[in-house]
Amino acid sequence: MIHEKSLIRPENLKTHDKLVIDGVDVSGHWSTFIQSRVVTDYNEALQDEIAALPGGEHIHRCWQCGSCTNACTVNAVNPDFNPRFWIYLIRMGMESELLRDKDIIWQCVSCNKCTYACPRDVFPEGVMKATAHWLQLKGHTPKSKSTIFDEVFAEQVIATGKIEEGRTIRGFFARTGQPLMQDWLVEMAKRVARRLPFKQGIAMALAAVFRPRTRKWSKARAALTEYVHEQETRQRKALNLE
Amino acid sequence: MAYYPGCALEGTGHAYNESTKAVGSALGLKLDEVKDWNCCGAMEVKNIDPKVQTYLSSRVMSIAANEMHAKVVMAPCNGCYHNLKKAEYDLEHDASSRETVARISEKAGHETYQAGQVETIHALDWIKDGVGEEELKRRLKNSLKGLKVANYYGCMYTRPRHIFPEKDKGPGSESTLQPHFMDDLLAAAGAQNVDFPLKTACCGGAHTLSDSDTSTQLVLNILRAAEAAGADVIATECPTCHSGLEMHQVRAEKVLGEKTTVKMLYFTQLLGIALGVAPRKLGVHENVSDGMEVLKKIL
Ligand code: SF4
Ligand code: SF4
Repeated sequence: MIHEKSLIRPENLKTHDKLVIDGVDVSGHWSTFIQSRVVTDYNEALQDEIAALPGGEHIHRCWQCGSCTNACTVNAVNPDFNPRFWIYLIRMGMESELLRDKDIIWQCVSCNKCTYACPRDVFPEGVMKATAHWLQLKGHTPKSKSTIFDEVFAEQVIATGKIEEGRTIRGFFARTGQPLMQDWLVEMAKRVARRLPFKQGIAMALAAVFRPRTRKWSKARAALTEYVHEQETRQRKALNLE
Repeated sequence: MAYYPGCALEGTGHAYNESTKAVGSALGLKLDEVKDWNCCGAMEVKNIDPKVQTYLSSRVMSIAANEMHAKVVMAPCNGCYHNLKKAEYDLEHDASSRETVARISEKAGHETYQAGQVETIHALDWIKDGVGEEELKRRLKNSLKGLKVANYYGCMYTRPRHIFPEKDKGPGSESTLQPHFMDDLLAAAGAQNVDFPLKTACCGGAHTLSDSDTSTQLVLNILRAAEAAGADVIATECPTCHSGLEMHQVRAEKVLGEKTTVKMLYFTQLLGIALGVAPRKLGVHENVSDGMEVLKKIL
């Protein structure tokens, strides 16, 4: 009962301090009502739109067993994070219900525990990524910090073939407007510096200045840039954007 | 054997790179670094486009196969290992992945990788299959006796199951539910493996900076479980997991006031110690958590 109640939105639970219906006193906690509601605004294209984005392809296979949510890493930290439920809403076209959770869907950490548990090869991890992507493309949410990190990272890989972590981290903090000098990062650097020989510290600083790159990468860069652009256009078309 | 260190091993995972090479030479296992390798796409590029990630990983395998004529690629980083395996699977089973990779490879001016040209293995397979526990025991200089170890494998080494067709094949093979290759090697080196329930739990590595509070919570669960199991040290086999555990151990202390004292060491650092390699050659001083504190017990 307690679990079921958590699935009902608080604003749909009604208790009355003083209410008598047909002579029966239904005041107070013992007579909690669940407000009935009528859903009229189905988005019948919702499942197809999610399925058109990378990772969402197999959403139609879901038979709602709940193994994904049961195995989910983020669900264990936040019970509102519920892949099974969101897959249900998408398949039913209940867009406005889905939008109530729009700010947490991006938090999937790609651990693939759901994929491991799913008996229907839905690849729920992919569905989470496709859904987060859909929310952003449709303008329902701003780009999440996770997406910004992915973009900073991918831009660097496509440009140079390799990643220099220091540069990626600085790029991410700059683009999300956060100070780099976070207490705990400073503390971590201090702990390493205490034991690091001077020569090695210099070598690491130099690696940050001369960014590593893959030789003979320019053609790959051009081909990847073109491909990514092509895919963006295709996705926007599938979602009927502009 | 072609060696694919990957970007992290040139940065935060530098000590993993050093200790992998040191263990290799102590055991007489040869490694040839893949020429002009590129990033495999890590955890991030697939979220921009999965096929870009497939291409990136395929290029590494293409160089190993077509330019170095290697049959095996060894990747010590779980992320690299996972992505090469995933690309292998997709190229074998999905025509549109094959088509996209062929198109990009042609424009990029190198041979297209064909599924089956190489086999990708992890550093754990490399030592377990290349040397084995019996031989390792014979070469021990410095038993890890008395060291209590929690073996932590993370997500990417075993999940999703379908990209690891060689696992779960019965005795002798690796298990995706209860992985044990690292346990086996460290036990052979004399360590006492503790019963650790969170071997394949997630450290939140994908969101280590973008959702740090969740990552800190997930890491704290892992550190606490290791301590509850009586471990002195958590053995790791992935640079992302390793630095995630280290970072969020500090963050948990600084931000939540939750202090844990268990240390983190790469399994190659532990094996190196057992084989008589000097801690400095294994980069033990580069770790954020001070591994020397526990190694003192046995050195
Ligand atoms: S991949 Fe995402 S949805 Fe799946 S179990 Fe992990 S956190 Fe949950
Ligand atoms: S585990 Fe798979 S089939 Fe079961 S509810 Fe989740 S996605 Fe659907």
